[in-house]
Amino acid sequence: MQSMIKIEHLIKNYGTNCAVDDISFEVESGEIVGFLGPNGAGKSTTMNVLTGYLSSTSGKVSVGGIDILEDPLGAKRKIGYLPEQPPLYLDMTVKEYLEFNYELKGCTMDRARHLSEICEVVKIQDVYNRLIRNLSKGYRQRVGIAQALVGNPDVIIFDEPTVGLDPKQIIEIRNLIRTLGKNHTVILSTHILQEVQAVCDRIIIINKGKIVADEKTENISRIVENSRRFHVKVSGPQKEVLTLLRGMSGIAYADVLAERDGDAYTYLVESEQGVDVRKKLFFELASHGWPMVGLEPQGMNLEDIFITVVDQSSMGTVEREREKRVVRRGAGRGRTTLEASLANELVDEAAEKRASQSSIGFGSSGEDGGPSDEDIGLVPKGQGKESGKEED
Amino acid sequence: MFSIYKKEMRSYFINPIGYVYLGVFLVFSALLCCYTTVVAASYSTTSYFRYLIFAFIILIPILTMRLFAEERKLRTEQLLLTAPVTLTGIVMGKFLAAFTLYLGSVLLSCLNFIPLYVFGAAERAGTQYSTTQIGPVTGQIVGSVFAVILLGAAFIAIGTFISALTENQLSAAVITIGVIAAMVLLNLLNGLTDADGQQIISSYPIRFVINWVSVLSRFSNFSYGIFDFGALLYYLSITFVFLFLTVRVYDKRRWG
Repeated sequence: MQSMIKIEHLIKNYGTNCAVDDISFEVESGEIVGFLGPNGAGKSTTMNVLTGYLSSTSGKVSVGGIDILEDPLGAKRKIGYLPEQPPLYLDMTVKEYLEFNYELKGCTMDRARHLSEICEVVKIQDVYNRLIRNLSKGYRQRVGIAQALVGNPDVIIFDEPTVGLDPKQIIEIRNLIRTLGKNHTVILSTHILQEVQAVCDRIIIINKGKIVADEKTENISRIVENSRRFHVKVSGPQKEVLTLLRGMSGIAYADVLAERDGDAYTYLVESEQGVDVRKKLFFELASHGWPMVGLEPQGMNLEDIFITVVDQSSMGTVEREREKRVVRRGAGRGRTTLEASLANELVDEAAEKRASQSSIGFGSSGEDGGPSDEDIGLVPKGQGKESGKEED
Repeated sequence: MFSIYKKEMRSYFINPIGYVYLGVFLVFSALLCCYTTVVAASYSTTSYFRYLIFAFIILIPILTMRLFAEERKLRTEQLLLTAPVTLTGIVMGKFLAAFTLYLGSVLLSCLNFIPLYVFGAAERAGTQYSTTQIGPVTGQIVGSVFAVILLGAAFIAIGTFISALTENQLSAAVITIGVIAAMVLLNLLNGLTDADGQQIISSYPIRFVINWVSVLSRFSNFSYGIFDFGALLYYLSITFVFLFLTVRVYDKRRWG
């Protein structure tokens, strides 16, 4: 398949500050790619370069085969962009705004029909004649999305499209993006992991201006869901329950959390590696007559994933084998030791698996020396409920 | 470019700013015309145009302050800069919109001269024979209006440039007022005299430079009804240079 977006060795400096440091990736036509990273990781900068808002310090960016420096107008014509803050003229009505965009982008199709189609897709027909100033944030965001869709561009780029929306709106916007992904190439940036998991086919994780992982969504999802930590809420005498939990085989760590709900306490339980203690836990507690009123797996947060993937990418496989126990154990980096060790174990496990299966050729990005292994990497056994992510 | 021009024109008239400008300009020019000609019992429009230029110190920034500053503040510039339009197109669209409004207002204010012609015609009808011209001199008026339009274009270009430098409309306006005021008032330095009637700036080279830089000194030939090609070039160059600089400001920000 022809790649729709191609970024080669992109570097962007702001003065001496390097925002994007040698990034390369390709996006194929029809893909929905999630761009994930903490604040200040270089997501917006990359997108701004891609859309021609900023120029790169060096590197090559092309959209649909058109180099953004050689033919900026041609490349821009292929892109619809929703910046972090939707660029809305508050003194226009939605209709005027979209018509302005239509003219700005020099579209040639039937205007009335095209705009009404877009309004239907993003569901803004009922505010079509209202001033943008008077719209709620959710509607403004949608008008922003509508703006990106004007002219039916091949590539649509969303920069943090769901920030500041309420949960219902977030779900609607995500569904909308999924729908768009059927006919467009979509790039989406966010710092919310669940968002990319819900929407994207592929996730590119970026941190401090570098790509640290470029993976199919399922793979990353599996790391995330394969947590061995649970919050268990048990209705029963606190002390005894805790003793029982600590005494149970398969549980590496248990402690009581401060939350209290009637006579039920919440306990943090960490199972031993590769053991699914949930069923056992249930029967054990039931046999003592302490009903388990809640069980909530604690996923890894973005930080945890960074520790895993960042560390992974910063060391070669072989080196990692050698150094992992030594270096990593100490490297808590200020996070709680529990989180750090959890992350470490996941990586260690992945490394072991990788070593055992040795090399199998994969080539998603291949840039960072690594973590593009489709299935072997990163995934401890068991419990991975195949993550339910459809492959398109 | 045309879409941006249209958008800017619209925005002048859905916001109060366009009406404020037009209203203030027309009222002021009418009053000014009244005082300098009818009240002063003179057909000469020289002082009218001279004072009108001082009015531009305040009026032009009203037109230009929001052009880029507002877009930058609301982040809408991102929309324009990622759209398939060139930077030159964006700058020209905005400049032309401001210039169109300005041009319209200046042409509208030409209505002020109708009473002069009416009075002139009446007076001519009343006199049998006269060696001197009675009534306004059309050549002078046309020349002056033309020069005012050129001068305005230059000022608008300067205002556009300053607006592109900041994201605060108010500071854009204040700086523009300062710059235009300096350009207009510079010429007065040459006219300054001390108590003995001696010129304060007596050095010829300095006087020459001030005279050369001053926008007002270029104006005088037109106001005598003489087409001054050098002045035309001067005004057009200022316009061009500042529009070019505006484009460069945006270009540089992309690379920054």
